[in-house]
Amino acid sequence: MRDYWRANQQRLAPVLFLLPGLLMFLVYVVVPIFQSVSISFYAWDGLGEKEYVGIANYVELMDDEAFYTSLKNNVIWLVLYMLAIPAGLFVALFLNQNVRGIRIYKSLFFFPFVISQVVVGLVFSWFYDPSYGLFNKILGFFGADPMAILADEDWVTYGIIIAGLWPQTAYCMILYLTGLNAVDSEQIEAARLDNAKGLKLLWYIILPQLRPATFIAMVVTIIGALRSFDLVSIMTNGGPWGSSRVLAFYMYEQAFSEYGFRMGYGAAIAVVLFAIMMIYIAAFLYKMYRDERGH
Amino acid sequence: MLHNKKTLAALFAAASMMSANAFSGELVINTDTSDPAPKAAFEALIAGFEAENPDVTVTWNLFDHEGYKTSIRNFLTADAPDLANWYAGNRMLPYVNAGLFEPVDDVWEANGLNDSLASAAASMTIDGKKWGVPYTYYNWGVYYRQDIFAANNIEVPTDWAGFMAAGETLNAAGITPITIGTKYLWTAAGVFDYLNLRTNGYDFHMALTKGEVSWTDDRVRATMTNWKELVDAGFFLENHAAYSWQEALAPMIQGKAAMYVMGNFAVAPLRDGGLTDDQLGFFQFPMIDSSIPMAEEAPTDTMHIPANAKNKVDAKRFLAYLARADVQTEMNSTLGQLPINSGSSVSDDKFLQAGYEMLSTTDGGIAQFFDRDAPAEMASAGMEGFQEFMVKPERLDTILERLEKTRKRVYK
Repeated sequence: MRDYWRANQQRLAPVLFLLPGLLMFLVYVVVPIFQSVSISFYAWDGLGEKEYVGIANYVELMDDEAFYTSLKNNVIWLVLYMLAIPAGLFVALFLNQNVRGIRIYKSLFFFPFVISQVVVGLVFSWFYDPSYGLFNKILGFFGADPMAILADEDWVTYGIIIAGLWPQTAYCMILYLTGLNAVDSEQIEAARLDNAKGLKLLWYIILPQLRPATFIAMVVTIIGALRSFDLVSIMTNGGPWGSSRVLAFYMYEQAFSEYGFRMGYGAAIAVVLFAIMMIYIAAFLYKMYRDERGH
Repeated sequence: MLHNKKTLAALFAAASMMSANAFSGELVINTDTSDPAPKAAFEALIAGFEAENPDVTVTWNLFDHEGYKTSIRNFLTADAPDLANWYAGNRMLPYVNAGLFEPVDDVWEANGLNDSLASAAASMTIDGKKWGVPYTYYNWGVYYRQDIFAANNIEVPTDWAGFMAAGETLNAAGITPITIGTKYLWTAAGVFDYLNLRTNGYDFHMALTKGEVSWTDDRVRATMTNWKELVDAGFFLENHAAYSWQEALAPMIQGKAAMYVMGNFAVAPLRDGGLTDDQLGFFQFPMIDSSIPMAEEAPTDTMHIPANAKNKVDAKRFLAYLARADVQTEMNSTLGQLPINSGSSVSDDKFLQAGYEMLSTTDGGIAQFFDRDAPAEMASAGMEGFQEFMVKPERLDTILERLEKTRKRVYK
């Protein structure tokens, strides 16, 4: 035994170190994915007997208005949430200077990300409140009629996304700030000598060096957009009449909420959401991989 | 030092004895009665039970409302308490069907509850068995600002024409006739229930919530036409989809709105908001069709024994205690609601008396509430449709067709 250990220590050590993490990942991530897929083929209220229904849940999804509303909203989220990346970069560039007390400003800018999404949601729903919210006071100042953003089916999703951008921008900002620390000052000097400045300097010298930060920012933003749940739940509860639902919220509604007893249907929604994430992230990883290899 | 050690040992002995006692007669109760009045009522209830049954120690887990609605599923299956509160009617059906509630017909038999709680027996019965003990119910109706009505010379409306006229006068005076917050949907169902009960009667309403009638039926359309009349006449608070029911109390307290179609639980926060009994009044939802007997809405709250409970013997003693006339009298005067037991007396609160009077003379039948009469999925689809209808009444056909599709799927 001892000899075996001696002989194979080098090979065994990484396996042993990886084992706890892998085990957790297997039990809490990989296995549930397969369980979800299997539940999506059943009609089940979460309490009684499961009944096998084949792909009936998916067939129903294809003919479910609420599903398409959620899907559409998810796409809007995905596209608009990306604004957090340039916004975060802008704030990071702005804060990347040496003045007195800059650390305080940096932490203040990071603050929205520290507070809970629930609080962000509450703050923004008061901001949008049609009778005494700040937003409508501002509209009133310019002589516009008050708007009930969160009760209007056409505006509600945008209203929530703006609330979501606030903390997400802070997140991207911190990623870029750390990235900026690693930017090679010699390269910048060299570029300056070659008379590069302003946007050109940013685009050709700094941004390429920030690629790792951009990568992480993209991934967390995509995932953040696809799993946007807290804000929807807090600010509108999916309403008005379901027009601000996203897939994650719709899944929760069907499977776990007060009136939701459809585990199978919820699982089917989860599978679709998972598929979308997989496609997106796999494509993205592939592109990164190709870019890296190109170097 | 030695002394200290001795006391410690004594304390330890006492503690272990107590825990041994607790083990023999420990009763675990889960409730979501976390608002001030219900919390006080349950504190008193448990204290009273413990005083009469010194051999039983009660452990009480208090949940918040929204959390409870989802956690009940987990604790009934995984770690069941000995008692849990829930609601009558279809709301308990999923748990009864899944075999998670224990039938308690023996408690009803042994304590003569079939007589004393007869009024709620039907809503507690599924498959011929009784699944819990009801302890309180409350009326719905229209709460209104008496002072605003008086200032505008409005009589309390008893029929549809009077109701419409009252709304017109209020609107002309710049006051929103009815305040409502539909963010969490169920408030819209209260309005629907009353309109449907008044337009088509109790039997039709029950058939509809049981899924026996199509949502595209002309009688449903008749109800919706009446509702549209209210919407078109500007009866409801603007932007109601942005507010919860509590937020919608504000316009009424500020005098910007005059009526609220609500359950009696709205009285406490309205009073807390500063309205006196001279300002606040109550009337029965007005008649629409004189040929239809007036039915009312009165949801019943209940306690159940989970099938996986450990101490069912003491749990049944607790239910028997809970059903007693004097206990229900005391409890409901704290709750500000109505007792089920026919031997109980109703507190002399103005609104409770009015509600009690109304319910005991009702000849049209008593409904629970839309989300308790209809199964969960139908209820959520329905309430969402009602909210949409209140803002976009022109979408009626689409909404009804969607509900019909849900009906066909839900009731197989």
